[in-house]
Amino acid sequence: MTKGHQGHLNGVKMALRILVGCKRVIDYAVKVRVKPDKMGVVTEGVKHSMNPFDEIAVEEAVRMKEKKLASEIIAVSCGPQQCQETLRTALAMGLDRGIHVEISGKDYETLQPFHVSKILAKIAEEEKVDIIFLGKQAIDDDCNQTGQMTAALLDWPQATFASKIEKNNGDLMVTREIDGGLETINVKLPCVITSDLRLNEPRYATLPNIMKAKKKPIAKKSPADLGVDVSPRQEVLSVEDPPVREAGSIVQDVDELVSKLKAAGVV
Amino acid sequence: MAMASLIRKCMRLRPFSSPLNKLRDCNVRCLGSLATLSDTHQMLHKTCKDFADNELKPIAGQLDKEHRFPAEQFKKLGELGLLCITVPESEGGTGLDYLAYAIALEEISRGCASTGCIMSVMNSLYLTPIQNNGNEQQYEKYLRPFLHGEKVGCFALSEPGNGSDAGAASTTAKLVGDHWVLNGSKAWITNSYEAEAAVVFATTDKSKYHKGISAFIVPMPTEGLSLGKKEDKLGIKATSTCTLNFDDCHIPKENLLGAPGNGFKIAMQTLDAGRIGIAAQGVGIAQASLECALDYANKREAFGAPIAKTQAIQMKIADMALRIESSRMLMWKAAILKDNGLNFTKEAAMAKLAASEAATFCAHQAIQVLGGMGYVTDMPAERHYRDARITEIYEGTSEIQRLVIAGNIYKEYYG
Repeated sequence: MTKGHQGHLNGVKMALRILVGCKRVIDYAVKVRVKPDKMGVVTEGVKHSMNPFDEIAVEEAVRMKEKKLASEIIAVSCGPQQCQETLRTALAMGLDRGIHVEISGKDYETLQPFHVSKILAKIAEEEKVDIIFLGKQAIDDDCNQTGQMTAALLDWPQATFASKIEKNNGDLMVTREIDGGLETINVKLPCVITSDLRLNEPRYATLPNIMKAKKKPIAKKSPADLGVDVSPRQEVLSVEDPPVREAGSIVQDVDELVSKLKAAGVV
Repeated sequence: MAMASLIRKCMRLRPFSSPLNKLRDCNVRCLGSLATLSDTHQMLHKTCKDFADNELKPIAGQLDKEHRFPAEQFKKLGELGLLCITVPESEGGTGLDYLAYAIALEEISRGCASTGCIMSVMNSLYLTPIQNNGNEQQYEKYLRPFLHGEKVGCFALSEPGNGSDAGAASTTAKLVGDHWVLNGSKAWITNSYEAEAAVVFATTDKSKYHKGISAFIVPMPTEGLSLGKKEDKLGIKATSTCTLNFDDCHIPKENLLGAPGNGFKIAMQTLDAGRIGIAAQGVGIAQASLECALDYANKREAFGAPIAKTQAIQMKIADMALRIESSRMLMWKAAILKDNGLNFTKEAAMAKLAASEAATFCAHQAIQVLGGMGYVTDMPAERHYRDARITEIYEGTSEIQRLVIAGNIYKEYYG
């Protein structure tokens, strides 16, 4: 596990290199349907877009470049050909270039954070990045694992659920959203950060930037190029709809509430 | 999916000579759906849709009630590059095509019809004639400062005495020394109160009828130009509309736009392309009405179930969706033909006609679906109804569109 390339940390200016993960997921507004064979959800012909938490990570990386904290910001996406659209959106928001790790068919269906974290770790080493920015979780699988696994593979510090990032001499001071409230930690570089909802509000891709994005390069790689094995580690047994929500009932007072909860065996 | 790839295969066949086959060689994959358009168009669509949902939809009702020009949103539209979509990058514009313009304007109009109207006046009616006919000095003064939301422009063709009969313009322009002197009135001018320049059509020789009309750029405010009172309109209330009164209004000689006597042609060319814009506005309003109706029909219960389950509502929804989809397809076709340098006059007229009638139909049906709630200002349906109505009138009434369509068909058939 090598340490990543260190930017000019002692001087006033930081020239950090940032890798941002952009996952292509089913759009949040789509009504997801389970496939008839109950082995997954319908994705064919369904609207897809960038994972909203990844959009927040992209926005943060662009802001760091605008503040001259970052020198190069790179987008990466793992999946089929259509991931290029996701990368183009990241480029249109302001990232410099993209890397598409092409994975399709059965390999893509069984792709897990375990595989993705290996891919990201390898790319981070090759590109000598200082920060890997990811969304805290993807809205399709809600795993919340890739950031943590990637940090572990690289033996880098991690700051997950970030709602604020500031520089602190050569380190980063990150405020995290935790169950109890907010936690502020000092993180040394290189590191992995995952974005939470309140980190920022992503910008609209302006039309001039959409036009500029057409000229930015997207490199194509395969998992084999990176020496990563994407054979499945899990077997999906079935996928089912959640149970239909039943009607609630109105209670008169707290005592009745407690007795009903006790009767249901939940307290 | 299979149909789309079949159409794509057909597009690779070698061309024959008719315009439709020439269309197949164009760099556009398929008219089927948004998902088959290029990345650029899809990203543009996302930006506009998100902007409309986040910034326009929440305030559209308020803007309408207050008759307030959306100044802040106008600036944001400028920053996004949405006010100069077809102006080339070399002149500081966005440099996209008419298909992009149609897609963008539909989404913005879906959020707020008034904002869509303002955006279409900037793009099609103000910037386009200057871009197509202006010289370097005119670009410097009247094009470049108007691209990104810093300044507002307007277009003055109609007069109190003539709307459809544009050739009968009675606003006169006389060359006196180093100045043109304008006299007359222009009616129904959108953006007039906020504008810092206007493209004005005046006649230098009434005896030549439409061949005597020339186009001018009038800076605003200017001595000799006064604005009438703001019209109190049925809909698109957030736009300012008034009469421009020219009373010995002197403008520099250099402000003649294009060749003298070419004004009518410039106006017609401008309106041709502008029709794609109004079609987009119509489709946007129709889409907003459909979404309003769908939302309500799923929540409102009658006879023990949401009204969406009744066939009566289903018939209406289907009719609305059909008109929206078909007018959108016509609009895209007109835009794609124009983008490929082909004749698009007939298709643009068809698109504007279809879309404006779709807007009034869908807004009418949406009120019907909402019942009593459709009649009150708590819901947007009544605003869509009022906003939709103007689309059948401005930039060429539905009657004029029919004449344009018939004229083009006769030319094709009878020669």
